[in-house]
Amino acid sequence: MKIRLFVSLAMAAGAALANPHEKILANGLRVIVQEDRRAPTAVHMVWYRAGSMDEVDGTSGVAHVLEHMMFKGTRTLRPGEFNKRVAAAGGRDNAFTSLDYTAYFQQVPARRLGEMMALEADRMANLVLDPKEFAQEIRVVMEERRLRTEDNPQALVYEKQMAAAFQAHPYRRPIIGWMNDLENMTAADARDWYRRWYAPNNAYVVVVGDVAKDEVFRLAEKHYGRIPRRALPERKPQSEPAQVGIKRLSVKAPAKLPYVSLAWKVPVLRDLHKEREPYALEMLAGVLDGHEAARLARNLVRDAKVAVSAGAGYDATVRGEALFVVSGTPAEGKGVAELEAALRAEIARVANEGVGAQELERVKTQVIAAQVYKRDSMMAQAMEIGRSEAVGVHWRDIDTLLEKIRSVTAEEVQAVAKKYFGDDTLTVAVLDPQPLPEGAPQKSVSTGRH
Amino acid sequence: MGATTRLLCACVLGLHASLALAGPKIEHWTAPSGARVFFIESRVVPIVDVQVDFAAGGAYVAEATEDKAGVAGLTRSLLDMGAGELDEEKIADRLADIGARLGGGADQDRASVSLRTLSSAREREAALALMQMVLQQPAFPAAVLEREKARAIAGIREADTRPGSIAAKRFARALYPQHPYGRVPTAESVARITREDLIAFYRAHYGARRAVVSIIGDLSRAEAEAIAQRLTAGLPDAPEKVSLPEAALPLRDTVRVEHPATQAHIQLGLPTVRRGDPDFFPLLVGNYILGGGGFVSRLMKEVREKRGYAYSVYSYFQPQRSRGPFQIGLQTKREQAQAALKVVEDVLAEFLARGPTEEELQAARRNLADGFPLRIDSNRKLIEFLSVIGFYDLPLTYLDDFPRKVEAVTAAEIRAAFRKHVRPEHMVTVIVAGE
Repeated sequence: MKIRLFVSLAMAAGAALANPHEKILANGLRVIVQEDRRAPTAVHMVWYRAGSMDEVDGTSGVAHVLEHMMFKGTRTLRPGEFNKRVAAAGGRDNAFTSLDYTAYFQQVPARRLGEMMALEADRMANLVLDPKEFAQEIRVVMEERRLRTEDNPQALVYEKQMAAAFQAHPYRRPIIGWMNDLENMTAADARDWYRRWYAPNNAYVVVVGDVAKDEVFRLAEKHYGRIPRRALPERKPQSEPAQVGIKRLSVKAPAKLPYVSLAWKVPVLRDLHKEREPYALEMLAGVLDGHEAARLARNLVRDAKVAVSAGAGYDATVRGEALFVVSGTPAEGKGVAELEAALRAEIARVANEGVGAQELERVKTQVIAAQVYKRDSMMAQAMEIGRSEAVGVHWRDIDTLLEKIRSVTAEEVQAVAKKYFGDDTLTVAVLDPQPLPEGAPQKSVSTGRH
Repeated sequence: MGATTRLLCACVLGLHASLALAGPKIEHWTAPSGARVFFIESRVVPIVDVQVDFAAGGAYVAEATEDKAGVAGLTRSLLDMGAGELDEEKIADRLADIGARLGGGADQDRASVSLRTLSSAREREAALALMQMVLQQPAFPAAVLEREKARAIAGIREADTRPGSIAAKRFARALYPQHPYGRVPTAESVARITREDLIAFYRAHYGARRAVVSIIGDLSRAEAEAIAQRLTAGLPDAPEKVSLPEAALPLRDTVRVEHPATQAHIQLGLPTVRRGDPDFFPLLVGNYILGGGGFVSRLMKEVREKRGYAYSVYSYFQPQRSRGPFQIGLQTKREQAQAALKVVEDVLAEFLARGPTEEELQAARRNLADGFPLRIDSNRKLIEFLSVIGFYDLPLTYLDDFPRKVEAVTAAEIRAAFRKHVRPEHMVTVIVAGE
């Protein structure tokens, strides 16, 4: 099985062997191009190495607010004009902010790529942060926070769990920002952020699609090449001090079902070649929750029926620090304590009994198949390159990373399961569901014609 | 890692097309089994996607003295939880062994089973053998059904505490009080469902003559023919699909539901068009201008950009087998629900009265036509087109016709189509957690 799949992957990669291509402009902007001629379209992304982890207390959420303001006009474009131009080119555009980075993208007919570069280059250098526009947009962001966090019980649990797990490290702050920080944010805060981080030498461009690399490099030079390089602020590591005892918290919110989430501090991948444990932790997450036949769904949901859903997650490649999270919603008649014990027992079982060869092979097969399936989507390919670069993994090393993951042994998985899941580095968060006020939601009035 | 975006993906109409580019070649035939097959050969990536759609969605659950809403969804979800000689764990193991993904689900019209696999011979063969077994020999194990009912009921009870879910269910009931589209599964209706109900529903609805097979990927027409026949030859001898009842239009009404959420969830709309309605293109282009065109739509400008009332505000038509809904939706701080609703109503009234400007019309046509290649640039996107074209009997030339039809839409046609279908005297408004 393994060998056949490797052949498939090699064949899949065949068409793209020469890809991607890279050029670094004189101002430090890196341009990465993946030619993919399957359809006459292209995705153009600009990534900035500035995410919410680069914020400071009092202005949490400013990275994301600035992302919104990037659509609100430049010296030559009126507010909203950016979206209009993209739409006129037959395109779609959006942006997203994470703990580690902020990224902007347009999906367009490939022949319109130059216009998109002109637009992105313009707002990289010439953003106007009008206080009136800011006053409107900050209200939109507060609505976004209400929608995504305030009224979403599991998101609320996650936010408070991160804030408890990390006391010093900036991952303790939510990407969207604390409501009170949003209420007190000013256009000047956004302007400071923009001046600090939006420089070509803190950014890179990813293009995937029906394009010729030399033409893309020429366009990039033309549009981005003029923007001057700027000195970037020093980044302090802000490492989290060692956790020396279990932390527990409980969150009350209107809900029916409880929920429990366990987060352990575990290593993050810093040296692709020397470290082994992060790859083993990735495989452990796969053994627990990498596919439908993985252990949590099989053992806790389908067999013991202690949970209606259960999952595990770990990301070895982040700029900050890593958590290994297992979580779930108890089944009717089961409590969070019972589910917590069951989740911990699954990790203990890997630590005590190890994992089977075939079981490990299944997880690796998902990794390989996912790489082939990814080639069906230009956006997925651009995201892979962009995300890797954001956390300091060069696109050339993406294959190395996959090979390393495939080289993980059952013994290594067992070893990390033994080593990293003690109580002292654990933060447990529980959703304590609160009934809706008497009468709701059944009570409703119908007012007839109005 | 969490990420937060500038805009949640707004719901949009599914089918758009282009001027510059002829659509990919769709081949169509009827298998000996009676199933209709739609196929695109695409050799660029070594994968194969197969989807089988049945007229077996929630709307096909028969009216009965005891409400059993939920039987369509449970029938579909249990298909791959035990089939032939394999229990659910063996099915999951075998799929994992070959890296194949079996998916699908049931909506009001369709029940779908979809497969994505590597196209290499061994993986493809193993994946198709599993898909065949799941389609033709589902076991509906009693113990699995009890567990899945419990999970479904837990999910329903949880959803009934969430303002967005409450609004969606109230909206469906208010739009379709006498129609199957308004029947929403409840904890009680799911609790009544028996194994016999699933078997009966499967036998009556999962027949080849009710099936549409869509195939795209790294294989030949001859291989696709064999696959389609193999997947549908052993299906139950179910009758051909019958049409769904016509949905009556509700009377104008406002439903308010109390809830402690910080934001009000507001939905407005009414039943409008079936798939294949000749007004589809004027409605599509018009809706792009009203609330479908993301950041450039009128609703987005007035509600979000000018007033900061909402993060997400959208409108869409969802054509279905029977009249599907037109819907406007938004969420806003509970204290300003009335003010935001007023803005939405004014924008809609203005659009109904005057229609689009010439400038708006040009911009909409340009985006929908020129942007068409983006909607068909992956197998994933194309197979959704195939299944919609097949399931709803749209013309095979649909992808090629589309740009001409978009380009031909006039402002007068948009005004006429909106006035005909979006009738204020039949609009329903649902407000959850508004003050």
